Amino acid sequence: MALIELKDVRRVYDLGEVKVHALRTVTRNIDLGEYIALIGASGSGKSTLMNTLGCLDRPTHGSYLLDGEEVVTMNRDQRAKIRNKQLGFVFQSFNLLNRTSALENVELPLMYGQKIPARERRDRAMEMLGKVGLADRYHHHPSQLSGGQQQRVAIARALVNRPSILMGDEPTGNLDSKTSREVIELFRELNEEQKITVILVTHDQNVARNAKRTIVLRDGEVVEDTENFTLAKAALEYDPTVELAQA
Amino acid sequence: MSFLDTIRIALRALLKNKMRAVLTIIGVVIGIAAVTTIVSIGQGASKLVSGEFEALGTNVVLVLPGQTKRGGVRQSDAPTLTAGDAEAIGTDCPAVLAASAIVGTAGQIIYGNENWNPKQMQGVGADYLTVRNWDLEAGGFFSVNDIDSNAKVCVIGQTLIPKLFRTVNPMDETIRVNNVPFRVIGILAKKGANMVGDDQDDVVLMPHTTVRKRINGSPLDNVHMIMVSARGTDQMGKATKQIESLMAERHKVGPADEADFSVQDTTEIAATLGMITGTLTLMLSAIAGISLLVGGVGIMNIMLVSVTERTREIGIRMAIGARGKDILRQFLIESVVLSCIGGAIGIAMGTGASMAATILINAYKPGTDWPMIVSIPAALVAMGFAAAVGVFFGYYPARRASKLDPIDALRYE
Repeated sequence: MALIELKDVRRVYDLGEVKVHALRTVTRNIDLGEYIALIGASGSGKSTLMNTLGCLDRPTHGSYLLDGEEVVTMNRDQRAKIRNKQLGFVFQSFNLLNRTSALENVELPLMYGQKIPARERRDRAMEMLGKVGLADRYHHHPSQLSGGQQQRVAIARALVNRPSILMGDEPTGNLDSKTSREVIELFRELNEEQKITVILVTHDQNVARNAKRTIVLRDGEVVEDTENFTLAKAALEYDPTVELAQA
Repeated sequence: MSFLDTIRIALRALLKNKMRAVLTIIGVVIGIAAVTTIVSIGQGASKLVSGEFEALGTNVVLVLPGQTKRGGVRQSDAPTLTAGDAEAIGTDCPAVLAASAIVGTAGQIIYGNENWNPKQMQGVGADYLTVRNWDLEAGGFFSVNDIDSNAKVCVIGQTLIPKLFRTVNPMDETIRVNNVPFRVIGILAKKGANMVGDDQDDVVLMPHTTVRKRINGSPLDNVHMIMVSARGTDQMGKATKQIESLMAERHKVGPADEADFSVQDTTEIAATLGMITGTLTLMLSAIAGISLLVGGVGIMNIMLVSVTERTREIGIRMAIGARGKDILRQFLIESVVLSCIGGAIGIAMGTGASMAATILINAYKPGTDWPMIVSIPAALVAMGFAAAVGVFFGYYPARRASKLDPIDALRYE
């Protein structure tokens, strides 16, 4: 059984007069331990797919089995629980709570969900900060950290509850190339050494190249799904009318 | 999320905007302080009133002559009560503290070349002062012997002194009551006006036997009424019942007969008075409550601003697994913390204000002994009220926060 099974997943935004088909139909399986890059031009539906996979959004049609459980019929609280236990998010703009220390940011997912004693919470958050190399910065607030450091705090936060999937929405979008490489390296390590499933949405070809499998979306449909990045790149650049987004 | 963590987060969120929190709290402080002050002053007032009422004799039960039927003619105010009834009530009813027969009269008092018509001239029993909860300022009261021997002695109220005696000490002086000479053996302590404004010190008390025989010249052995005091306000019902059954037995009234007496107690008057002060306090509290309402709207306003400002934070929390009710609780607790801090300060200020008011009232109106009431239950109620304001006015913003869509919230700039 695959970790993620999408069957004819569609997402239609009803804007009153017009209906926007963000996802026309997506049927795809993802296994435990995969490293996937979702690429596509702006408006290709990759963010919608990401939000759907991340249980932030609910498809309007189809079926989404996560670890054998149907997500589509879940209510808000059930999806919140899934996000807490099984998923970790990393965002382009880091999305750390400001005026809150790195340690407390990392502790946050442990506060929701089942009860964990404050001591243990702190220990686990410290351990996680150590793994991303920020143990000595635990008391710093986000404003006192560099972009790369902030993103590493965000990764620590995403992983503190030991999820099986780590999701990144343009995780290197706000980073310079050097820190980008550091973060990419961290993703690779997490995937190879800890067998965490990594799914990233990205414009950055360096990030996409690092992934083991690349899924290319166009107009709400998967147009290429390959382990060969050259093929994926070709698929992305195939239609000249599609504006190439800037990395 | 545990309750303690939620409170910690709420406090931190409030500390991030200290000025805003303080200004919001002030609204609640004013409301709670106003309510606390008015309630405690109101309680003081009602205690003052009921204290004065008790001094008048709240636990007094009156036994009045009832109707009689003679040859089919029914008549009220028939002379049916006797001094013996009074004595029996005083000794045989356990809930009764004391009883006194009362015989009324009217007329003129003459001393030297002064004369005066007192409002009340009464023949009473030896226990009358106990019944009325009244003290003597000087001298003594007449004894059972004086009553048995129809002694011509009297005790006078304070009002008579300036009217009749001027500078003379009235003790042991002889006054003439309807031309019968009486020796003054005691002076009553000042009692002031009663509830309807009658001067209670304008009084002459004499043995009821003397009044009946020597002033009213009545051949019958009857008294106009019997005044009884119960052992406490809570004993009045019991006393009334005991008197009724004793009197029924003494007057041989069967269950089917109409009684030739009636028993009235004064609890109703006390209850009415209590209701008046209670209603007044309630009304003033309601007015003060309006300021609390305004404070609550202030909280709601600031919480709405806060929810909007922190939309992104809400999105982040939701993305990492906060459920709607976690968010709801976080904002609700924030507003309750605000209102409870305001409540605590308000109670402290209100208590201070009511203390100051008490001191001022007692200083400007000497003679009033306005009691200071700081009631713990009232403070607890005020605190509960503050918390309720927080919940009530915080609910809508908190609910709004909890209903946000995580994706929209995350995108919010």
